[in-house]
Formats: sequence, C-alpha cells, structure tokens
Amino acid sequence: MTGEHTKHLSLEDLHNAAGARFGAFAGWSMPLTYPAGVMKEHLHTREHAGLFDISHMKLFEVGGPSAAALLNRACPLDAGALEISQSKYTFFLNEAAGIIDDLIVTRLGDHRFMVVANAGNATEDEKHVRALAADFDAKVEPLDRVFLAIQGPEAWAALSRAGIETGSLLFMHGVEPRQHWFMSRSGYTGEDGFEIGLPEADARDLVGRLLQDDRVQWIGLAARDSLRLEAGLCLHGQDLTAEIDPASAGLMWAIPKELRASGHFIGADALRSILERGSSQKRVGLKPDGRQPVRAGAALVDADGNAAGHVTSGGFGPSTGHPVAMGYVDNALAKPGNRLFADVRGTRIPIEVTSLPFTPHRYRKG
Amino acid sequence: MANTYFTEDHEWLRVEGGVATVGITDYAQEQLGDLVFVELPEIGRKLAKGDTAVVVESVKAASDVYAPVDGEITEANTSLSSDPSLVNSAATGDGWLWKMKLSNASQLDSLMDEAAYKAHIG
Repeated sequence: MTGEHTKHLSLEDLHNAAGARFGAFAGWSMPLTYPAGVMKEHLHTREHAGLFDISHMKLFEVGGPSAAALLNRACPLDAGALEISQSKYTFFLNEAAGIIDDLIVTRLGDHRFMVVANAGNATEDEKHVRALAADFDAKVEPLDRVFLAIQGPEAWAALSRAGIETGSLLFMHGVEPRQHWFMSRSGYTGEDGFEIGLPEADARDLVGRLLQDDRVQWIGLAARDSLRLEAGLCLHGQDLTAEIDPASAGLMWAIPKELRASGHFIGADALRSILERGSSQKRVGLKPDGRQPVRAGAALVDADGNAAGHVTSGGFGPSTGHPVAMGYVDNALAKPGNRLFADVRGTRIPIEVTSLPFTPHRYRKG
Repeated sequence: MANTYFTEDHEWLRVEGGVATVGITDYAQEQLGDLVFVELPEIGRKLAKGDTAVVVESVKAASDVYAPVDGEITEANTSLSSDPSLVNSAATGDGWLWKMKLSNASQLDSLMDEAAYKAHIG
C-alpha cells in the first residue's frame, strides 16, 4: 500500500508497461524490480548497460555571484577551485559535523553549480541551503527534471547509438549538452556510467531509443542497492546519518586537506576536534561466512561476546556470489581480516572485516 | 492420494498419510524475488500453527514462513542449502521447504483448496 502523500515518477506508465513491481522508498513509489528479477538485473548492469529511473533524487541549481561562497559554507568544499564541468562528492554537515546528506556538486559555469541530493533528504536539504542562501548573493533553484542513470560497461556505446555522444567526458565531470539537460559521468554502481537530468518529453524520447538496444534494460531499486553495496558506496539514512561524521565514515578523502585545517564550512570546528581525538568507530566492509545474508541492524560482537559494532547495510552480492555487508566497528577492531560475529535472529554468524569495495570500481577516469 | 491445501500466507501443503510437505506458492516466490538463502528448521522441532518454521532470504530481505498447522518437523529440504533458487524455479515441486507430521489434522479444514486460493490471489 502506498500512502496518499506518496510521490509518483512521471515515467510511471513506462515502468508499468515494463512490468515493474513497485515499492515505497523515501516517500516515492519506485520500481523495485522488473520481470527479469534483481539477480539478473544486477548482473546485466555489470556486463552490459542498466537504465535506472532515479527521478526521486533532486537536482538543484545554485547560481549567483556568491554561489561558490554559499557552497563553501554549506559543504566542506572549495567550490571556486573546481574547474568548469568538474564534479565533487561532498556533504551538507551540521554543526556537530554529522552528515545531513551526501551530494555531488558540479561546476556548470563561473557562478553556476549543480547539486544532486538524495530523495529522502531533498526537502530538508532545500530548506537548509535556502536558509543559508539568505546571507549570500546566491539563488537556489530546485529543477523539475526526469533523472535517469545509465550504468555499465556498454552505457557509453548505448548512449552513442541513441544519439548522445559522451566523447571526452570523464568520470566525475558533468555538462549541459542540450537546453535543460545535465549529464554527468557518474553513478552509484561502481561501473562506468552516466546520470542525465532532462525534461520529461526528452526523457521519454531518450528512453524509447535506449530500450531499442538489446544491451539496455530497465533496472530496479533492489539491484541499485545490491550494486552500490558491492561497490562499497554509502546509502544515506543507513550507512550515513546526521549522527555520523565523515571521519568515522571513512570519507575524509572527499574533504580537501587545506579545508580540514582552515575551512569555514558548517561543522568545521567539530570535525577538527573529532580528527584530533580520533573517531571511536569506523566504517568497514563485512563478509559473512557461508551464504546467509547479514542485514542492516544486526549487532556485531567479538569472540568473547563484547559489543563490537553494528551492520548498516547488508544483503547478497550477485556478482561476488556471497553475502556482503558494511557497518561500523570499534576502531581497534576495524582491521581487514579481523574476525567478528553477527547476531542474526539469535544465531551467531562469523563475519570478517574486509576492505571496500567488494567489486572493483571500473570508472572511466582518463 | 495426496490432497493439496493452500493458506492465506501463500503456502501450499501436500498431505499424504498424516505428513504434510510444505512450500510457498509460485505467487509467493514471485513476490519475494531471487532467493539466496533458506534457513531450514531442525528435525524434531514441534511447531504450533503460526510459528516461524523457515526464513527465506532474497537479495533484498528476509521473510518468515509460518507453520500452517500444528505438527513436528520430520524432514527439511537440504538441497536448498546449496541451491536456494529451487524455490524460485520449482516452488511447488523440488523447492519444497519441510515435511511435518500433523498433530491436528482437523486444522486442514480451515485451509483453501486450489480454486479458492486462485480466487484469493485474484
């Protein structure tokens, strides 16, 4: 059942026609799987090209003479140092350096930036950045777009056949190839791929052309989740929350070194003191022994039964062929190879701390 | 002659000589999606109707399968340990979950036959 406030994708009719099974996610009715099923959808994406409707995610354009200054305040980011078309993974932090949301910021022009935010946090994100914008000569404009991801080793070739040349666009770069289009080489599967925000009519046309290609299939949210988990990528609301800081999450690579010392972003002071004293827990990969999945919420203990942490995402990895998980464990236990136990319905499942990702990233970096 | 019964929770039971073979229906496996693990019950375990007998795990989620009637587990389908996808490919055949000795056969009267179950899932 979906509630009365559930939001519906503007391409819902296309998903229905493709036989999608829908489920609620972050206030949206989303295609979870198509008739092929999550396992085949996942593997198809790793081998060919998967088409995802991710219109639940929100695109904001931030523009104006102080747009970079606004973003530098809202995020641990040097927005002015980005080259035009360069994208950067970053966050909105609260004063305690907790992650309000993780996002991707792309510089579109001298004073224009595109911000891509998560569905579940879109309303809060907009409120947050609008409130900040009051102190800057900058405007925040939420865009009404269909947002598609096409992911996998054949994504670029399928787009090319559909008339979209991706040419020299490299991983973590984004451009505006047509009016009201935003296309970046990015994604959340660990594969090469693209995310394209575009008006509905254009989206219908593009989807029609892409699906004529046997290499392209609709992929649901269930496979999107197993793909991102194998790729070791965080889902906000599970692996990242407003109570988790970037140091504990192992995401300090996203924050330029100079900013850690001297940045004036919200949460900078709190983050500096966290870095000084060291975080107590750390995000790690977790590989359960055997075939039984260990899922979000499972408690982790050491060999003596002492609390060791908890699982924040877990499931089965169709490409790895075994269960995969990630979670937070006490710093002293966060070493790959360390053996712990997960409590699954009263049974102790042996589980090993591993490095991430489980499947190597295959991004097109140059 | 075996009689087949169905429950509102999308299980089937094939009853022969006081022993029921239990599985989930094709409709149920389709709803669950690709199964990757089945937590099988211990032989000899006594179950009351409504107790969790088996947990089936898809890529995405874990789901309980309940005992449709009272009884004692006599066999578990151990071939599911190496190939849980049998439940997807043959839900009403090789993908059976467990066998149980019925302790109250009159409970079968409240279950559905195939025609009623088909009407139930629409």
